[in-house]
Amino acid sequence: MSIDDDAGAPARVLVVGASASGLTTVETLRRKGYEGRITVLGDEPHAPYDRPPLSKQVLSGAWEPERAALRTQEVLSALDAEFVLGDQAVALDRASRGVRTESGRELRADAIVIATGVRARRLPGSEDLAGVHVLRTLDDALALRAGLSAGTRLVVVGEGVLGSEIAATARTLGLDVTLTGPLSAPMALQVGPLVSGVLADLHTERGVELRLGNGVVGLTAGGGRVTGVRLATGEVLPADAVVVAIGATPATEWLADSGLEIDNGVVCDSHCRAEEGIYAVGDVARWYHEGLGRLVRLENRTNATEQAMAVAGEILGADRPYAPVPYFWTDQYDAKLQVHGFLPPDAEVDVVEGDLTARRFVARYRSKGRVTGVLGWNMPKQARMRRQEIVDGLDAPAPTH
Amino acid sequence: MKVVVDEEKCVAAGQCVAAAMDVFDQREDDGIVVLLDENPPAELAEDVRNAAAVCPALAIRLEE
Repeated sequence: MSIDDDAGAPARVLVVGASASGLTTVETLRRKGYEGRITVLGDEPHAPYDRPPLSKQVLSGAWEPERAALRTQEVLSALDAEFVLGDQAVALDRASRGVRTESGRELRADAIVIATGVRARRLPGSEDLAGVHVLRTLDDALALRAGLSAGTRLVVVGEGVLGSEIAATARTLGLDVTLTGPLSAPMALQVGPLVSGVLADLHTERGVELRLGNGVVGLTAGGGRVTGVRLATGEVLPADAVVVAIGATPATEWLADSGLEIDNGVVCDSHCRAEEGIYAVGDVARWYHEGLGRLVRLENRTNATEQAMAVAGEILGADRPYAPVPYFWTDQYDAKLQVHGFLPPDAEVDVVEGDLTARRFVARYRSKGRVTGVLGWNMPKQARMRRQEIVDGLDAPAPTH
Repeated sequence: MKVVVDEEKCVAAGQCVAAAMDVFDQREDDGIVVLLDENPPAELAEDVRNAAAVCPALAIRLEE
């Protein structure tokens, strides 16, 4: 029997996915003293890079793509992990804890971390059409940037966070921008009617044409290029370029025959375990949040980091449920929105600080008598200081339905 | 340990303050990080490493 400190820690860890959550898993393992072998498998050829700048600084050209790199080559090398890039996982064998890759590699480990993220959803039939873009990867961002110049008529399909950010960035670059989607205002699903109404005014003032409240049924094309976006009403919005930002799907196809439970992500217990020795982190993980009493899957940058730190701890024996207060931010024009916690669609919303008309305020979201979330509009510090109210709400016994 | 912050990269998340409130704060007007102690004492080192790790904008660099 081993008596060293690492007793119980797996000898080899395999991280499938080389983005923020995968990289953070590795960094945290090393920071906590793990000395075993680590392999990171990534499907893209690029070293790990950050996604939030893609729809803003990289798309606008303010940053060269290298600046979105998560770490320098020197820092990566110091991690003493093997990075296998440009090769995709195609199958997982639970019994042997082995992963097979597209090129035929067989990677084995004692602990596996699934960090394969999500893939952008596309409109059916648009795959081979020039001028149609999605924005998930660095290559997507560079292709879109190359396809935009002042005067281009851009239609953004999808009024969520990503679509709203792209519309703002493109408008700032001088494009003629239309934002369309089924909801009545930008980010209505993410922030509720009050704040999305303010966002709608902001976009309109800046010259974005909002054509919201209609579903998109397809694209029009000519000569292999997109020419417009067809709405459910029959109307066609003319376009030289289209960005489809209608959400993303967990990248779990490779796990279809693994026997793991897959249901809108890799289903995990409160410790982010899909089963003994197999964990999921980041956008692909759907785990049981004990504070909420239900499964959740979060697609945001902060969760990628925090969940990876928690899973690295689990691998080393921490044995602590992961029950975070989520956080995301978005920057559009001069508006910085900071969101802590959960903003349920049925929440009661009060402005508790600042002034809605001055566009500097903190809104508090309450559901069934508990504070579930806080949103700051150009009041980041003031919003963060109310985070404890959300913690208290999560700690309170869950209401019965 | 020396702490270096990049104000230009900071997105005003305030996660660093939650992790190490004796070392970081935020400006009132725009939430940008304020470094309270660029040479924090050893007993805060682990909190500061956590703060750097949770920063969503990678705006905190440590020289150990």
